[in-house]
Amino acid sequence: MRKNLNVIAAYTIMLGLIILVGIFQSWNIALSIFNLCLISAVMTMGANIQWGYAGLINFGIMGYTALGGLAAVLISVDPVKEAWSAGGSNILFSLLLIIGMVLAVRYVLKKYEKSKVRTYIIATIIIAGIIIIRFVSEPGIEAIEEVDPAKTGFLGGFGLPIIFSWIVGALFAGGLAFVIGKVALGLRADYLAIATLLISEIVIAIIKHEDWLTRGVKNVIGLKRPAPYEVNLQQTDWFINLVEKFNSSKLNLITDLTERQAALNQFVIEGSSIFVKLCYSGLFLIVVIILLILTQKALYSPWGRMMRAIRDNEEAANAMGKNVVKQHLLIFVLGSAIVGIAGAMLVTQDGLFTPGSYRPMRYTFLIWVMVIVGGSGNNFGAILGGFVVWFLWIESAPIGLYLVNLTTAGLADTHFLKVHLIESVPYFRFLMMGIGLLLIMRYRPKGILPEKIEIK
Amino acid sequence: MDYINAIVLLLNYIFVPALAYGSQLALGAIFVTLIYGILRFANFATGDMMSFGTMVTILFTWYFQSLGISLGILPTALIAIPFAIIFMVGYMLLIDKFVFKYYRVSKSPPVQLAMVSIGVMFVTQAVVRIIIGPSDRRFFDGEKFLIKAGEFKEMTGLNEGLAIKSTQVITIVVTLILVSTLFWFLNKTKTGKSMRAYSDNEDLALLSGIDPKKIVMITWIIAGVLATIGGALYGLDKSFKPFTYFNNMLPIFAAAIVGGIGNPFGAFLGGYVIAFSEILLTYAYKKFFMYLLPESLEPNTLVQLLSTDYKFAVSFSILVIVLLYRPSGIFKGKIL
Repeated sequence: MRKNLNVIAAYTIMLGLIILVGIFQSWNIALSIFNLCLISAVMTMGANIQWGYAGLINFGIMGYTALGGLAAVLISVDPVKEAWSAGGSNILFSLLLIIGMVLAVRYVLKKYEKSKVRTYIIATIIIAGIIIIRFVSEPGIEAIEEVDPAKTGFLGGFGLPIIFSWIVGALFAGGLAFVIGKVALGLRADYLAIATLLISEIVIAIIKHEDWLTRGVKNVIGLKRPAPYEVNLQQTDWFINLVEKFNSSKLNLITDLTERQAALNQFVIEGSSIFVKLCYSGLFLIVVIILLILTQKALYSPWGRMMRAIRDNEEAANAMGKNVVKQHLLIFVLGSAIVGIAGAMLVTQDGLFTPGSYRPMRYTFLIWVMVIVGGSGNNFGAILGGFVVWFLWIESAPIGLYLVNLTTAGLADTHFLKVHLIESVPYFRFLMMGIGLLLIMRYRPKGILPEKIEIK
Repeated sequence: MDYINAIVLLLNYIFVPALAYGSQLALGAIFVTLIYGILRFANFATGDMMSFGTMVTILFTWYFQSLGISLGILPTALIAIPFAIIFMVGYMLLIDKFVFKYYRVSKSPPVQLAMVSIGVMFVTQAVVRIIIGPSDRRFFDGEKFLIKAGEFKEMTGLNEGLAIKSTQVITIVVTLILVSTLFWFLNKTKTGKSMRAYSDNEDLALLSGIDPKKIVMITWIIAGVLATIGGALYGLDKSFKPFTYFNNMLPIFAAAIVGGIGNPFGAFLGGYVIAFSEILLTYAYKKFFMYLLPESLEPNTLVQLLSTDYKFAVSFSILVIVLLYRPSGIFKGKIL
């Protein structure tokens, strides 16, 4: 108990802050912050496994998040039958060609010794394959994109409940990570960072521009929800009764019946959106807790010990007979898969998939700030980092506004400096993140909750 | 005649724009490479440092314009750049003193310095957006075209026009002057040689009496000059938007690594490699073939290898391929 005092204190303060937002701003805002904090926590756990356990830098978080989101779309959207009949066969054939191409490359890689000729053969296979695939897929893609472009214009998905996408998102992200890991993990730390950053940009470019698969920048809206819809809730009796019970003290003060009804309606509308958010919070909490238990178990298992050994001294671990390359690949895939889950969760919560919104600032660098600030190598720290940083990211605008008003109190409201500063309040979040990161790295390089390893 | 038309077409749409874009990338890439070679970390704040320099240039340009100073047909920004450089160098040295120095002195691993540079990136981005806002700014004035497409057609009687923007010429000329001065400095002067020695082997350089503080300071000064000029030229040629500058960091990194990181000459060429491959692979060659081939063979598609949406993806793919097959870059060689 004593040892964990700082953990408990940190989490209590964090929850207290969110509750304060609920009291002073609104419960709606507080809950949406809380939900995104949970999603961020999942992402940081993924990044933390890679960086904290194994010392791998992965700046491709944005790519895995987007793939998770793509999984949500592909799982939950109903299939577009016309599109499938228009160009489905071409797409499937192209898919077969891609598989064939990969198998051919693998065959050449296995069969022949490393030589210049082999490199040329592989290059020829890939270039010829790409050209053939383009010719095969082009008519199909055009046909698909012409099917009712304002509403669909893509193949759609499988029409399954969106919850499944959380697993599929993990598989997608893990698969991508496997490919990236195979080719890039041998690189030095900073090269790996740059390579993963650029690969994630390629992934985003593909998701943005392959309209037949993702609708691209036209976005996919109105995804199915795992939680009830507000509109339906507002008409169910048990929910109205529940809201009435909760607010009975306030409602009893109003004597006039019509006014009372109006007030009740207001409460029901507010209550319904809070209720929906609470449903999401419950789902997300379950994911976070499951992941936390698993990662904690892994951290203290022999496997976790081995990972730390590899992180701290690769050569020594190698000499002890540990397969460093294989373990690096494994942990790279695992961490990315967790990020993929978070990506699917994010799209599930928003109910829409907007490829244009995936930007490295928000989905890669911010997550890294969370990991560093929270404490790399410590799962509780990583989750806390997700909470603290996301909270500040959202609340920095009000805080910034308050600070601006405080410092420019002497100036008139129309003074150009004051007007300008108030207009640029949204950018104070970057300043706050940057200064926060620099201060933490300088004075508490291990994060708020540092890694502490005890043998159990 | 058709052949000349085809060549002019390629010059107009591929060669001239790629040369200008490549020069802008090259300046950024040399900046990245110098920091990597001497201070030994990947600077993720590159794009935002360039946008800071450009912002200061714009502010000075506005000030001069309000005073009524102009260069006639040349953009006013050219007078503003030297003042912006002074400002920028000050900012760089300030950042170094308060942020990077601590980690350098305590010999932190390069990864940690790269993380710190992310903090600097956030702060710089915030400063730029707070001061000048996130929107698109054009600060070009003066004569826009050196040769207009219409004039060129009249002059030569060809079907295809060749338009050369004055900003493109300015970019290329300034880049050539700057880069040749830099190489002269690195190869011929004593300070430049000691910089190269320091980059090659730090301990040996310290043993032979090279002052590391001076080396670091000069590196930041050169970096400030490169960042400001590179950023301002890009902004003159296209437009200034903080978000674009942040994104430009990616092809700049690609150029630096393709050219062999730590090698300024490689970075210089890497900029052009990236720019040319981006434009060559995404250009639609339909018209080009229409001039060259007889009518019966004319293509009915766009003859485009990749859609322009994948412009960035091209440079990143090149980078990934280079990293896999030649991690030390195409133009491997001595360090710095």
